Amino acid sequence: MTETLILMKSELVITLIIFILLFIKIGAGMANKNLLLLIQWLLLGNLLASFLYNEEGWLFAGMYHTGNLIAVQKSILSGAVYLIALLFTSWFKTTKHLAEFFILLLSALLGMFFLLSAGNLLMFFLGLELATIPVAALANFDIDKKRSSEAAMKMILSSVFSSGILLFGISLVYGTTGTLQLNELYQMMDGSDLQKLSFIFLIAAFGFKLSIVPFHLWTADVYEGAPTATTSFLSVVSKGAFAFVLLAVLYKVFAPMQQVWYSMIVALSAITMLTGNLFAVRQQNIKRFLAFSSIAQVGFILVGISNGSAAGISAVVFFILVYVFSNLAAFAVADAIAVQTGREKIEDYKNLYQTNPFLSWAMALALFSLAGIPPAAGFFGKLFLISAGAAEGSYLFIAFAALNMVIALYYYLRVVRCIFMDKQEMPVEKIAVPATTTFGLWICIAGIVLAGVLSWMFDFIVSISIL
Amino acid sequence: MNLIVLLLIPFITALLVLLARTTQQVRLAALAGSAVQLVAAIILLFAFNHEKAAGNTAAIFFEQNHSWFPAWNISFHIGIDGIAMAMILLTAFVVIAGVLVSWKIEKMVKEFYAMLILLSLGAYGFFISLDLFSMFFFLELAVIPKYLLIGIWGSGKKEYAANKLALMLMCGSALVLVGMLGAYFGSDAKTFDITILAASPLAKDVQLLCFPFLFIGFGIFTALFPFHTWVPDGHSSAPTAGSMFLAGISMKLGGYGCLRAAAYLMPDAAQAYSPYIILLAAIAIIYGAFATMMQQDLKYINAYSSISHCGFVLLGIGMLTQAAITGAVMQMVSHGLMTALFFAVIGMIYERTHTRDVAAMGGLMKSMPFICTVLFLVGFCSLGLPGLSGFAAEMMVFTGSWQQPGIFHRIATVAACLSIVVTAVYILRAVGKVAMGPLKAGASALSDAGWHEKLAALVLLAGILAMGLAPEWLNTLVSPGSQIIMQKIQAVK
Repeated sequence: MTETLILMKSELVITLIIFILLFIKIGAGMANKNLLLLIQWLLLGNLLASFLYNEEGWLFAGMYHTGNLIAVQKSILSGAVYLIALLFTSWFKTTKHLAEFFILLLSALLGMFFLLSAGNLLMFFLGLELATIPVAALANFDIDKKRSSEAAMKMILSSVFSSGILLFGISLVYGTTGTLQLNELYQMMDGSDLQKLSFIFLIAAFGFKLSIVPFHLWTADVYEGAPTATTSFLSVVSKGAFAFVLLAVLYKVFAPMQQVWYSMIVALSAITMLTGNLFAVRQQNIKRFLAFSSIAQVGFILVGISNGSAAGISAVVFFILVYVFSNLAAFAVADAIAVQTGREKIEDYKNLYQTNPFLSWAMALALFSLAGIPPAAGFFGKLFLISAGAAEGSYLFIAFAALNMVIALYYYLRVVRCIFMDKQEMPVEKIAVPATTTFGLWICIAGIVLAGVLSWMFDFIVSISIL
Repeated sequence: MNLIVLLLIPFITALLVLLARTTQQVRLAALAGSAVQLVAAIILLFAFNHEKAAGNTAAIFFEQNHSWFPAWNISFHIGIDGIAMAMILLTAFVVIAGVLVSWKIEKMVKEFYAMLILLSLGAYGFFISLDLFSMFFFLELAVIPKYLLIGIWGSGKKEYAANKLALMLMCGSALVLVGMLGAYFGSDAKTFDITILAASPLAKDVQLLCFPFLFIGFGIFTALFPFHTWVPDGHSSAPTAGSMFLAGISMKLGGYGCLRAAAYLMPDAAQAYSPYIILLAAIAIIYGAFATMMQQDLKYINAYSSISHCGFVLLGIGMLTQAAITGAVMQMVSHGLMTALFFAVIGMIYERTHTRDVAAMGGLMKSMPFICTVLFLVGFCSLGLPGLSGFAAEMMVFTGSWQQPGIFHRIATVAACLSIVVTAVYILRAVGKVAMGPLKAGASALSDAGWHEKLAALVLLAGILAMGLAPEWLNTLVSPGSQIIMQKIQAVK
């Protein structure tokens, strides 16, 4: 009993928080301001608890397992959710259904935790569904906005479709191997045609979740229509979780077929990077812009994954950690401006520096990190991904990835240029940033500046990234 | 002496600049920081020579090796040889002059100085690095300050120029990255460490594959033809100190990288590709010189002549003789000091006349004698007048080049020599028009240089004269470094 409690503690803590919120909602109710404060403290507690008592073990006849790497992945996601609770304060204060928002958000997080800990493909599917369906509701949270409903509709349709594909893939796996246990599956992978087909179905399903090109078409619309808090959850937490899961599936289940999937991942990576980058160049809306830039980032994650090496694991986990700080900071700045002025075009940022120096620097730093410019941690993240991909890999592919970094720099600099150099008649007025948002932004800034230069974080991740 | 100091001083200076309250405090903090840095660089030079005099025969002095990312075998390995020492001195001279010249900047002073200092931090870090990874880190660190310096404080088509510069330099970095990963995975030791990579040579096919990436990548930084197009736009749009840093420091990062990362680590490939390098360098020298003839804008004149002068650096590297490589390094130092001063003087003139068009100026010697005297001196230096630094450096490159007996090498050398005539034409014409002749209407009320401008000019002039009148000390400083590189290359023969 105690063993179960300790091994499943991250899921249990999340469930507990969900219940607390539920009771508050049904019972007395609370003013938004106090409720948000409570949520922030609870999520901080959750983050801190995720560092404690992490043990390795299996439960429920191999249905559930956890270990050091999974615990760290969960901590990263918990941290990201805590940052979201801090960063979007001004939006949270205006929304009517704060408790519901976090209940749904945490349910999705719970689903991701189960997904990460799944030891069996059925459990895996269960977690995946729990991780996606609440998010569709979250996308609909600006209830009076039509775009928000549209986003939710697109989200749910593509999710259902990808779930169907995933289930079909799983059934093919079961058909060829006779088991759904992840740790038994890889011994039975012989690379038969049917298994290759099942792999294609699985990767297509993940493609939808991670918005890998050509499965990315829902991304930009959903990102733009959904409330920014949801968008950032989708683009950071959900993407992070699915990247971790993709690692586990490729490295554990399909490890014997590495030769088969290498070229597939390389092709997907190349086309994802290029498409994401080229579309990002033309975007006018900052959220759509970040949507396409995040597609390009996924292409980069695939570079690191492509080789199937332990270095790939550490590179991806570290990159997601950095990505949490950088992308959340960018979304937070965009949201702070959009909530108070309703302006979310890149052009609106012209001359932002004159009125809002702090927000400007936070945005610039986040964008530099996304572009991979030192001393921002994104530089190290991208470099390790590329290095992991380069080991015995094809240099043509690596040169292509490096070239994409240049294209990416072009459009990130476009925003920087608007903020610092271009002039306009009516710059965004001085934004009153809530204290919690400022605090969250400082955490992000510290993360961006220090996570790379101080190497111990990466060293720690390497020490637990074992094949 | 601990080399970390070279990084700590700019870092602390940048912090002080950001913490300062008034504009005056910002300026003083920046000036004090760069002065301390200059003193530190000079002390380092004495310490370096002292070590050598004491009989220390190590190739690299003041070495430190800290593990940084052990998983990738990346270490923070720093140390200097004579070549790096010369570059550090150059950087210190240019930085303090740049800070002084920008004294009158009014727009976002704090950010301006912070960017200048950050850029110099990148340069110092680059020159002391002995690990390709940290070299790359510092190389890229300097990109953003350049972008912002041009884009915010520049003039003319500044956004376009800033974008072009950032993207072209980023392309260079991307190539360097690929070449550097190739060296990493091609080496037996799987390391970025330059000393280890040099000790156990890479396989020849790896060298032949990686060398172009590294050389062209770094070459973009130092205006390798045909990747020089960012130079005129970038330099002419940048603010005065920005141009000084770009030409004086940033372009030298490329030359140093070509030498340290490309030629030193991949001697076989350097041999194999040497004719191509020479060809491109010779084209750059001649093309740059003729392109300068056509310019009317003072900044463009200096920018195009920089392409020509940096061609000498690449020519020296491509010739692969010890004298030529020593000459290349001396040319880097000389060109750094000289263009920095040239841009500084152009900035001073522009501040007063509000034009950079040569045709619109005339007779300025009467109203601003100090500035025009410096203009003459720096012009003479540029065209290679003996007694000034340009002569010593170019002479060294030519002598070194002539040591290569092949007919191809001879033709390239002669062509490069002839470009000096063209240089004399455009320099004398431009300088003469600006300073001599009848004073244009309204120009008589212009004031001469202020104390900070005089000081900046004198600091750089001191460097130019020290090198021009007594090139021997620089030669002895640099030679051991280039000798080691040559030993690697001769071992191939």
